[in-house]
Amino acid sequence: MKYGSAIIGTGIAAFFALLAAGLAKDELFASHMGILVIVLIGTVVVLMRRTSFAPQPAVGMSAYMDGPIRYGVIATVFWCVVGLLVGVVIALQLAYPDLNVEPFLSFGRVRPLHTSAVVFAFGGNALIATSFYVVQRTSRARLFGGDLAWFVFWGYQLFIVMAATGYLLGITQGREYAEPEWYVDIWLTIVWVCYLIVFLGTILRRKEPHIYVANWFYLSFIVTVAMLHIVNNLAVPVSITGSKSYSAFAGVQDALTQWWYGHNAVGFFLTAGFLGMMYYFVPKQANRPVYSYRLSIIHFWALIFLYIWAGPHHLHYTALPDWAQTLGMVFSIMLWMPSWGGMINGLMTLSGAWDKIRTDPIIRMMVAAIAFYGMSTFEGPMMSIKAVNSLSHYTDWTIGHVHSGALGWVGMITFGAIYFLVPKLWNRERLYSNRMVSWHFWCATLGIVIYAAVMWVSGIQQGLMWREYDQQGFLVYSFAETVQAMHPYYVVRALGGAVYLLGALIMAWNVTMTILGYQREEQEIGGVMLAPQAAE
Amino acid sequence: MEYQQLRTFADSWGLLAMALFFLGILLFAFRPGSRKSADEAAQIPLKDD
Repeated sequence: MKYGSAIIGTGIAAFFALLAAGLAKDELFASHMGILVIVLIGTVVVLMRRTSFAPQPAVGMSAYMDGPIRYGVIATVFWCVVGLLVGVVIALQLAYPDLNVEPFLSFGRVRPLHTSAVVFAFGGNALIATSFYVVQRTSRARLFGGDLAWFVFWGYQLFIVMAATGYLLGITQGREYAEPEWYVDIWLTIVWVCYLIVFLGTILRRKEPHIYVANWFYLSFIVTVAMLHIVNNLAVPVSITGSKSYSAFAGVQDALTQWWYGHNAVGFFLTAGFLGMMYYFVPKQANRPVYSYRLSIIHFWALIFLYIWAGPHHLHYTALPDWAQTLGMVFSIMLWMPSWGGMINGLMTLSGAWDKIRTDPIIRMMVAAIAFYGMSTFEGPMMSIKAVNSLSHYTDWTIGHVHSGALGWVGMITFGAIYFLVPKLWNRERLYSNRMVSWHFWCATLGIVIYAAVMWVSGIQQGLMWREYDQQGFLVYSFAETVQAMHPYYVVRALGGAVYLLGALIMAWNVTMTILGYQREEQEIGGVMLAPQAAE
Repeated sequence: MEYQQLRTFADSWGLLAMALFFLGILLFAFRPGSRKSADEAAQIPLKDD
């Protein structure tokens, strides 16, 4: 029977969710479990309508398993648009506080929706889909575990839905980038372990003797995120049928655990994973091997050895012991070396093929991504220096920094990978439109530049206003005055985000039309080649 | 284990072990003959789809 175990498993899960809703100790848990019941029963209905009792054809073990990857690419594009849209909404909420619709759509609830939607839903789906693609191609082996890959995909979507609805209901641990409560965390742990099994199993049965460097980065991302997620979310629930839990740590230990998690979410989720993407898709799109494979080995080990210690720079001038703050700062500065080593390795892969930046908008996107990676990994260590941090911390400068990394590096390298993958996965000759990729590129770049530049100005002004004393030693500005001064910047920031979102909508259209099998009639980009002239 | 014990271990033997491990990786990456095997590994994604 097709989907037999999925139907039975989901049905049983729906029953237990209903039971949990009935036995709930608090209203929030009851509502959240109610949502879960609806989602699970909906899933069972869809599966039962699509089931069939005819004998299933045997699955060929020689072919690659691309079904979950196709779904993953679609999910990536979908969550990208959703996450960016929510981002524009909260940017407007900051500029125009009347847009805070209480209680469900207040800034405090929608902001984690934005961060989780872009980091975990968009970024996470991109990482899962591309890692499944890359590990099969570079291992020359089918995904391990059969339908387990499907469980990983759908289980991860369920995690996203539960996290997002929880935020809007007001269920939160209050831990940055780890807001979901204990029961959602446990579910993610189960899904993540299955992800590790699929990925590692595929590597173990590889036909290629060497494990290609992209897989090293993906594997370190999967393993480290599992470790971070479990340790950071160690908590005691108030009740087994209640939504509230309390952290196992207290005080400054709790703060450090959070930022050890938080910074390594940046280091291993948003950096190592996407570097895996870079090391596969840039060579593929440029059709040349990576500049220096030995540099990539050193890049990998240096990056993972250093990143894990950088978290304390989020807690400068707090109750955290001074030595720990300095340690965080020193390791952050040392990160310059592997980061720039990796950037050089990515960029120099194009050496001898630089004209592709002009003729191939996908390469242009990837090169811009790597350039933003270099820029934000320069800015980050600089901001971790305590003297700089005393000005930048808690200001919009940090927000600008995060977005130049997230929109520039993570976003652009993912867009490049999506544009590479879609024609391959759906057997299309080419994308619907290459010129639309170019439009996407310019929208994205313009959006980031507006966003980051405005946040620099706003952040530095904010920092300077907060520390401005008069001759008697009184603060010159009240906090509300500094908020008021930010208004024009917040309006322009929303504009920058909207331009970036426009680019993503162009991508969504382009990808949809490619999947549907259309090709736009258009002139090729950079068709005119100047004949080389002899030197005089 | 006491905090101080852990701390002392971390900044002596732990530090030494990790530094040596990293040094080992550097030596391994640049061992004689590594250029050829690295060039072969770099071709893995380009062989086919």
